[in-house]
Amino acid sequence: MVPITTTHYLVVAAALFILGVVGVLTRRNVVIILMSIELILNAVNLNLVAFSRMWGNLHGQVFSIFIVVDAAAEAAVGLGILIAFFRNKETINVDEIDLLKW
Amino acid sequence: MTPVATPFFFYMLAGAAILSAMLVITRRNAVHSALSLIVTLLSVAGLYLMLYAPFVAGVQIIVYAGGIMVLFLFVIMLVNIERVSKERQFNRIWPVGLVASCALLALFLSAFRKGKDLLPNRVGDLPEASNTQEVAKLLYGEVVKTLQLPSGQYVMGQYTFAFEIASLLLLVAILGAVIMTKKKI
Repeated sequence: MVPITTTHYLVVAAALFILGVVGVLTRRNVVIILMSIELILNAVNLNLVAFSRMWGNLHGQVFSIFIVVDAAAEAAVGLGILIAFFRNKETINVDEIDLLKW
Repeated sequence: MTPVATPFFFYMLAGAAILSAMLVITRRNAVHSALSLIVTLLSVAGLYLMLYAPFVAGVQIIVYAGGIMVLFLFVIMLVNIERVSKERQFNRIWPVGLVASCALLALFLSAFRKGKDLLPNRVGDLPEASNTQEVAKLLYGEVVKTLQLPSGQYVMGQYTFAFEIASLLLLVAILGAVIMTKKKI
């Protein structure tokens, strides 16, 4: 079997990223869109850690921890917005969220 | 030290991650999506372990699978209405989104094809045993003992300042989430 190189990890991360993008662009449910954003952030994290392994230093791992912090903040604020919106409009579908639409 | 059966575990974890990611974006029920996302996160944590990043893997399991997913599940329970799982799941312009994603895929493929030679085919030698300590040193700083100061002096790590800023970001996020979900401010 071929040994696992950095490229293998990059391909997995690219697949996760594409799946996340597809989820963001096609789904209607806001909760699932937020989950797809988590998928995208995970793909980026996997890239960072793979490159950190490739170069043999730990800065990539530190950055991926910062991205995890960022994802936590983003999820908290996003879900807070979602709950506030659900209270006003009784919907969680993105194409019904059109208060700002002219 | 040669790791045992590395390609097998890599393909297993990668396959599990990608399959459950597909489930995340296709399931009708949001709770099923959240559970599939947990499988994805745990598989990615396994991939981190294979990349000698045990600290990141632990953070992934504790913060993502433990914290963020519980938050997601609670919000799904709060806003879950029967109506949502019965109506259509994809928005009206989903073909456009799919085409855009395929364009992104083509971009990735061409970047991979053109830049394959730029990527050095090497595996760096990370310190396997003291990995977590090194990351902690970069994040939290360390206590350096010198001849003049035998009790030790605290020295900031390279990322300690950014780490403190990150804690400020979390504080702002907590306040924002609480204020936004309050009924009346």
